[in-house]
Amino acid sequence: MKVDEATVRHVARLARIKVSGQEAQSLQRELSAILDWVEQLDAVDTNGVEPMTRVEAMALPQRSDAVTDGGIPDQIVKNAPLTEDHFFVVPKVVE
Amino acid sequence: MARGKLGTRHGAKTMTIQIRQENLIDGATGPWEVIIGLEVHAQVTSKSKLFSGASTEFGGEPNSHVSLVDAAMPGMLPVINEECVRQAIRTGLGLKAEINLYSVFDRKNYFYPDLPQGYQISQYKYPIVGAGVVTVDMKDGYSVEVGIERVHLEQDAGKSLHDQHAEFSFVDLNRSGVALMEIVSRPDLRSSEEAKAYVTKLRTILRYLGTCDGNMEQGSLRADVNVSVRKLGAPLGTRCEIKNVNSIRFIGQAIDVEARRQIAILEEGGSIDQETRLFDPKSGQTRSMRSKEEAHDYRYFPDPDLLPLELTQGYVDAIAKNLPELPDQKKARFIRDFALSVYDAGVLVADKENADYFETVAKGRDPKLAANWVTGDLFGVLNRLGKGIDESPVRADHLGELIDLISGGVISGRIAKDVFEIMVETGEAPGRIVDERGLKQVTDTGAIEKAVDEVIAANPKQVEQVRLKPQTLGWFVGQVMKATGGKANPAALNAILKERLGLGE
Repeated sequence: MKVDEATVRHVARLARIKVSGQEAQSLQRELSAILDWVEQLDAVDTNGVEPMTRVEAMALPQRSDAVTDGGIPDQIVKNAPLTEDHFFVVPKVVE
Repeated sequence: MARGKLGTRHGAKTMTIQIRQENLIDGATGPWEVIIGLEVHAQVTSKSKLFSGASTEFGGEPNSHVSLVDAAMPGMLPVINEECVRQAIRTGLGLKAEINLYSVFDRKNYFYPDLPQGYQISQYKYPIVGAGVVTVDMKDGYSVEVGIERVHLEQDAGKSLHDQHAEFSFVDLNRSGVALMEIVSRPDLRSSEEAKAYVTKLRTILRYLGTCDGNMEQGSLRADVNVSVRKLGAPLGTRCEIKNVNSIRFIGQAIDVEARRQIAILEEGGSIDQETRLFDPKSGQTRSMRSKEEAHDYRYFPDPDLLPLELTQGYVDAIAKNLPELPDQKKARFIRDFALSVYDAGVLVADKENADYFETVAKGRDPKLAANWVTGDLFGVLNRLGKGIDESPVRADHLGELIDLISGGVISGRIAKDVFEIMVETGEAPGRIVDERGLKQVTDTGAIEKAVDEVIAANPKQVEQVRLKPQTLGWFVGQVMKATGGKANPAALNAILKERLGLGE
């Protein structure tokens, strides 16, 4: 599957990754190669086969509704480059 | 494995919606029809979050109701809260919707500072609740059947504050991971009034179910509003989505202004761009949110951290059995058992607390009288005081006692209004007020006769007149009432007056 440069740029933009002109061209080749490789799976006939959601037969684990966590604002913001009064402080994002 | 049908459009449910003249908007080129659908985000009532044990309580200190899961620290895994699942099922049942025994959580990918995971866990192809319906009764007496397309569970995002600093935004993740239900309607609404009535009704249902507190100021209920316009009989127009409208009044305003904007563009020969817009209550306008456009590529995929959610029919049936009485059922019962008018019943059931209050007052009493006191006098007072029924200065059992005093002939209807005012001020029981202030109706004919005689003796001119014009009798009634402080039994007074003035029956 051939990935064009516009698609590379669109995906990079969605992933918030800055991509230079040269990088875009090499990424175009790399992504195309990856998709080609995965495309081999198309050779398998999966008609009527349920998608596999688990290796072992188990159900979604559920928990009861109780407050068992939180109250650790120091730890929550500990790694943040900038904080104030336990808020994360980030460059202004406003419409 | 039981599996929900993917992408069923529930085509069989699609019905033609009758066009109502009063809903059409007059443009320069003729009438336009407005087509509205809503996505309502309702916060699930639960103690802890959808996938973590942090508290959902509103208004905590910044980042104090946040677990390492909600902050998306590496290696953290989500574990679903069974109560949120139960609440979504209850909501689905309350919306007469099908419950999907198989549903899947997906990742909706986008970047924003208040979304630490870089994706929202939501449901996409396989929501927990499928097609349902909400019946909306309009003021003008007609009803709208609003189709529900689906309800799915998802995480709320955190909150960004932009007004704390000139160059920075402050992020609080207390809301991050709180469970939301997204309730998606079909485009079955045709005016802002219908849309407002729909959200009001939806809110009532959720509050009856106890699945969402419906508190719009705290953001527990918000709506994305899809609006398009078309000429009568034309295919659907291009729609715009107005994001995150957080009051019922604003929903109405946003629809009206957006419909007029689209009509103006089309009538000038332009075309509508499908886009996301924002309603600004200050300017009363909607404006484009261009930044949202590219983000629409959400690249949904099943969350590998979560297995599909599988339910048994028995589990759903057990929940259905314990569902409370819902507004439509209560309304029907009020009409049937209390012989209330459709209007009175509708007003009373709109709020569960109001309905409960009314039932306490009406129990074993004249329901019409009870309805008049509750919807007239009491609601009037609450409106004046700006209070809800839960803060009512008059207790339901006290209001019931007041009605007993009237029905038992202890006080007159007129005095009852005064007693009610005193109840509002003091919160005291009416029996005590009547005793302490000597407001009991005078049925002692001797006392009434005495007052009548005095009035007749003092007003010979009026006596002359009433013999010629018996309809002026009311003047005498008023005078005697004044003399007795309003306490004379009206029936006894009338009889004595007529007798003394020589007016036959």
